[in-house]
Amino acid sequence: MLTLRRFFATLGPGTLWLLVFLVLPLLIVLGYSLLTRTDVGQVGLPVTLENWQRVFGYDALFEEFVPDNLLVLWRSVWVAGLSTLLCVALGYPLAFYIASQPQRRKNLLLLLLIIPFWTNFLIRVYAWIIILRPLGLYPSTLAVLLGMTYAYLPFFVLPVYSSVEKVDWRLVEAAEDLGATPGRAFWAAVFPQTLPGLVAGVILTFVPALGTFVVSDILGGAKTALVGNLIQNQFGQSGDWAYGSALSFLLLGVVLLGLWLYARAAGQRGLEELV
Amino acid sequence: MSVIDVSKSFGAAGAGTLVLDDIDLDIRRGEFFSLLGPSGCGKTTLLRILAGFEQPTSGQVLIGGRDMVGVPPHLRPVNTVFQSYALFPHLNVYDNVAFGLKMKGVPAAQQRERVARALETVRIQEFARRRPDQLSGGQRQRVALARAIVGEPQVLLLDEPLSALDLKLRKELQVELSNLQETLGITFVFVTHDQEEALVMSDRIAVMNRGRVEQLGRAEELYERPRTAFVATFLGSSNLIPGTVQELTPGGGAVIRTVHGPLTTAHASGLRPGQEVVLSIRPEKLRMERDDETEGNEVRARVDDIVYTGAENQYLLQASGQSLVAFQLNADIGADEDFDYDEEVALYLPPESLVVLDG
Repeated sequence: MLTLRRFFATLGPGTLWLLVFLVLPLLIVLGYSLLTRTDVGQVGLPVTLENWQRVFGYDALFEEFVPDNLLVLWRSVWVAGLSTLLCVALGYPLAFYIASQPQRRKNLLLLLLIIPFWTNFLIRVYAWIIILRPLGLYPSTLAVLLGMTYAYLPFFVLPVYSSVEKVDWRLVEAAEDLGATPGRAFWAAVFPQTLPGLVAGVILTFVPALGTFVVSDILGGAKTALVGNLIQNQFGQSGDWAYGSALSFLLLGVVLLGLWLYARAAGQRGLEELV
Repeated sequence: MSVIDVSKSFGAAGAGTLVLDDIDLDIRRGEFFSLLGPSGCGKTTLLRILAGFEQPTSGQVLIGGRDMVGVPPHLRPVNTVFQSYALFPHLNVYDNVAFGLKMKGVPAAQQRERVARALETVRIQEFARRRPDQLSGGQRQRVALARAIVGEPQVLLLDEPLSALDLKLRKELQVELSNLQETLGITFVFVTHDQEEALVMSDRIAVMNRGRVEQLGRAEELYERPRTAFVATFLGSSNLIPGTVQELTPGGGAVIRTVHGPLTTAHASGLRPGQEVVLSIRPEKLRMERDDETEGNEVRARVDDIVYTGAENQYLLQASGQSLVAFQLNADIGADEDFDYDEEVALYLPPESLVVLDG
């Protein structure tokens, strides 16, 4: 019998988890963003919209428009976008290559792809300094780009690989039989089948890349501060948690916007496939 | 279409498996031609060679007189209906059917017209906006068919397209396909392992076994005059009786000495006395009688088992140490078996129906 109590009992654990670990923290951050900085790392009343104004580039009196933050955000989007594109360019063919190998080699290659995760992320990023310094590329935006691509490549390859494994190759023959040249047959028959994995890979790469601060901190210089660094700063040296909270929401907003656009394009089914 | 001396091996040269062994076939324009045989006989490989997905190790394929050596599938005047249908899952029915026309650059207005006509021909217009995963097996089969005929190919290749369907649907589609072929006038090359299917639909059948064509001809020819034991037992069932030629009789017949006594056959061309032969007779041609009517060609047998299949009774008989099978139609509705278990019967083997097999 479905009583109200039973309903809540089954709904309970999941909802409780979401409430405690997702909604509550978000509300706390939102609350912080609306308060005033009192001391290093402290916030208190009065409630103010000043932090949000700063986020969008206005100072307290709406006099000056200094959109430094938005510039930084724009740079973050660019760098994250480029590194995602690089991941696609490198990772998409790689996924096909791995999928075409005999079973044992396939396992070996996947292992090689995953092994880096067993080592410390910081150390891997530092290793890039050793590689790039003799080439004169450290520190620079390019270094950050390379570091990010390196860091996120496995995140991209794995979902794409899983899609490629499921591809029905007989459709290529069907396409050729109907008059498609081998090249067109690939685009018409194989590529659409890999789309779910491709999109998942892109999202799994772009979103973390957008918010990253470690890579840009280590491999970039002051000139290549990204949004992540900005936020990190507020919670670190600057001690302005209120401002930092507001910035965090800006980042969250961009990510949600991206997901919303995807949901509009792919529809309900696309979302289901993505999850 | 001509298949000339085609052989196909897979694997390393000299160490691979020979899948097709010197196949020679001529397929006439506008005919419904079937490749019939058990799994592994090479019929699908042959079809794939015709489509261009495989190249023969040796030999030639001509389509409309043109040599097809090295010609890839997308340039051949041939379309294929695959066993798994191979519909594009991300496209709806309309786009699936229009695919080939799009690839070939057919103008949009013509595309619409031709696709509409193809969908009508296979009677699936109302599902044009649906996707393959929203269709039943039979509907998907029709889409695959429409997609293959919309391009108006010279030859349509069908790789066991009905094997995934249930019996009733399969029988319906057999008739439909047969009619469709006649209406369209396209040459069909149909691969199947179901001999009844081949018999029902085809103008001519090539029976294949282990990479070779055992016999090629019209359905009645293959059924009434099988040339090998394989054809005799694969196409329908057969009683095989080994023997030695005793003498030739005037009128083209021969008397064969068998374990059941001397049997006369009416088909004795090329036989010599003393030659070892195998006789074949279809179970429905055996006449079962109680009385001893000396017409010759009589075999005494005992009823061992009776199988009732609705329309007929199948009798498993023992005669002189050999098992024989006889079919009898149940002419009377609700009648019991004419013959009972362990009953002694006289089997009459009409000489007309006793066929001599090669080898």
